[in-house]
Amino acid sequence: MKDVRLLTEPFNPGAFVGPFSNAHPGLGGICSFVGEVRPGDGVEALELRHYEPLTLPGMDALADAALDRFDLMGLLIVHRTGVLLPREPIVLVSAAARHRRDAIQAVDFAMDHLKSDSWFWKREKRADGWHWIEPREQDHADLARWQEKITQV
Amino acid sequence: MALKLVFLGRLADAAGGEEREVAAVPSIAALIAGLEPDLSAALGGPRVKIAVNGNIVADRAMFTLRDGDEVAFLPPVSGG
Repeated sequence: MKDVRLLTEPFNPGAFVGPFSNAHPGLGGICSFVGEVRPGDGVEALELRHYEPLTLPGMDALADAALDRFDLMGLLIVHRTGVLLPREPIVLVSAAARHRRDAIQAVDFAMDHLKSDSWFWKREKRADGWHWIEPREQDHADLARWQEKITQV
Repeated sequence: MALKLVFLGRLADAAGGEEREVAAVPSIAALIAGLEPDLSAALGGPRVKIAVNGNIVADRAMFTLRDGDEVAFLPPVSGG
């Protein structure tokens, strides 16, 4: 089962993971990652902007790539847009599989791609106003891990 | 006869808004050249990708715009 969503309002990850788990009787394990807005560093709010014609189709294609690459029973990707406050969940990825390694790796794969290769633009609000966030080198290095694995096979 | 322009990320600040309509022109080069100089400079950079009606344009020099097209200017993503 593939379930990919963009949400504009705060969400409770547990409310998604429960039904996702129930939808896969016979699974051996579920791996879930929840990303939240990090408190501190003077950040008062985070805004995620997206472009409707690209962002959700891109996430959907990423889910297909993960389902293709790993032996999964299901994959759930939930991502926020709009203005978020510290400690609010931004992203939830859950993978259900017969065996744990596929579930764990699929979540790692999906998160690395979401962080560096998906159609989101972020800015953060500090005491002196809003600042756009530039791409991070580390995110591209994280993405490269998966490309190297392809060439090794 | 119009094109809808969409500015993502910091380009919305450069454009003074997330969307605007402009008179239709046949090429992306003419479209960019017809905007304010500062905005033109920001949009013309090599790191800005362009999507027309939701599809990334591979070769902007060869691309022909049509009336009613939605042209989106996409700076490097900052990720989710």
